Amino acid sequence: MTMLQVQNLRKEFDGIKAVDDISFTIDENSIVALVGSNGSGKTTAFNLISGFMKPDEGKIFLAGKDITFLNPFRIARLGIGRTFQNIRLFPQISILDNVMLGLSYETGERFSAALLQTKRMKREEADNVKKAEELLDFVGLSEKRDSPAENLSHGQRKLLELARILALEPKIFLLDEPIAGLFPEAKRTMLGLIQALKKKGRTILFIEHDLNSVMDAAEKIIVLNYGKKIAEGTPQEIGQNKEVLKVYLGKESL
Amino acid sequence: MEYLIHILIIAGIYTILSLSLNLIVGYTGLAALGHIAFACIGAYTSSLLALNFGISPWMGLIVGAILASILGAIVAYPSLRLKGDYLALATFGLGVIVYSIAKNWVSLTRGPMGLPGIPSFSIFGYQISNAWSYLILVLLFVFLTYIVIKNITNSPFGRILKGIREDEIASLAMGKNVNKHKLIVFIVGAFFAGIAGSLYAHYISFIDPSSFTVMESITVLLMVVFGGMASLKGSFVGAFLLVILPELLRFLGMPSSVAAPLRQMIYGLLLVILMIWRPQGLMGKYKFK
Repeated sequence: MTMLQVQNLRKEFDGIKAVDDISFTIDENSIVALVGSNGSGKTTAFNLISGFMKPDEGKIFLAGKDITFLNPFRIARLGIGRTFQNIRLFPQISILDNVMLGLSYETGERFSAALLQTKRMKREEADNVKKAEELLDFVGLSEKRDSPAENLSHGQRKLLELARILALEPKIFLLDEPIAGLFPEAKRTMLGLIQALKKKGRTILFIEHDLNSVMDAAEKIIVLNYGKKIAEGTPQEIGQNKEVLKVYLGKESL
Repeated sequence: MEYLIHILIIAGIYTILSLSLNLIVGYTGLAALGHIAFACIGAYTSSLLALNFGISPWMGLIVGAILASILGAIVAYPSLRLKGDYLALATFGLGVIVYSIAKNWVSLTRGPMGLPGIPSFSIFGYQISNAWSYLILVLLFVFLTYIVIKNITNSPFGRILKGIREDEIASLAMGKNVNKHKLIVFIVGAFFAGIAGSLYAHYISFIDPSSFTVMESITVLLMVVFGGMASLKGSFVGAFLLVILPELLRFLGMPSSVAAPLRQMIYGLLLVILMIWRPQGLMGKYKFK
């Protein structure tokens, strides 16, 4: 089943074509990497899919539903969970609360429930504390649950951002450079977590600019260059694709 | 003794203002500089209703608070688009507009001449006009404000407000309806500020535009920042300290012509000292970013 479908997406900034007629589909329960050098339009594509920018042309479907012009918070609720290249946490509140802001509530987030401090809200809150603790265990941050997020190191911030996006339980994960700037060991941890997600039946689309590090991790690779899609295929196909090699290596073979 | 009770009543009214502004500024991180405009609406509404139509101050208080909330919702509208300094300027502008209306719409508000003879509240025919009973009335409203804002902030709803303060874009990415929350926060904050204005008017029994200048908004903001952002205890401490401190100047034997401008200078100095050594305020946990 197709989880995400992007159709002829275009976005221009002052005459620069950031995303130029890109189309692709992401199957359910697959890991896909979006690869390209700086300025190739990867993050713009993410911003368009998650609704933070609106395309000039084209359409985006999530599990068959047109989400092109929805507000970003509605898109998140429908099942697209994204992380950010420059990591956006809630720095001055606790790590546990950071994760809890990703969890969904049925009643507790309503103004009336807060005003009346309903029992239902408190029950739901207690359940959600447990869920958040489990997620912090999963990424290995449970010891620091009460300290503010701004105290974490770069690698730990990435893990917390992942835990928070897991709390959202999206249909598809859009991870913007999840392994960039990590030490080799942290990189392996992150890639391991992504594989674990796939085993749990999740769909993942992630951005990376280093082609080599996605060869093992991804099932499908989409390569962008100057806003255009230049190749799409399995890691083997991409490794032999002449245009990709030309862009990446400046020559036609490895 | 009367004097002490008077100070406590004024401090109580300021506490309602600082608690409600803390919801907007401290918890949600929206730089609002026009809080006294809501109090102005509350004060003039219930005073005019009582003076012109003989409507009970209780009714006036509620109508005033509702009108203030409506204004709050209108102010919230630009806040959905504006951020940081720009929102501060827009709310500052609101403060100036409301003040100018109170000053210049002479046929309604009598302008700078003010409205004298505003009646006090009464329960079952008993006038709440002596200071003790008014103090109790004000403290009841302080308590009500405190409970409501404590409940709102101490909940998943309140956590979203903090999330908006910390990072609006991340909040959207977590599926939070940021605009709706901002709107509610402004409506609730304005509601209580309206109540504070009305309590002030019926206590002093005379209002004129000079009680609702933009400087007053800044005083309330200072109370919030001084006591501590996102700390309700801090809002109590801030309001009481900043009301009582200038009064102490009188005991130093200063004539009021010197004490009044000195008060402003002390406020300014306090703010500078605070921002340098303790940007989160006395009891706050959060800093301005």
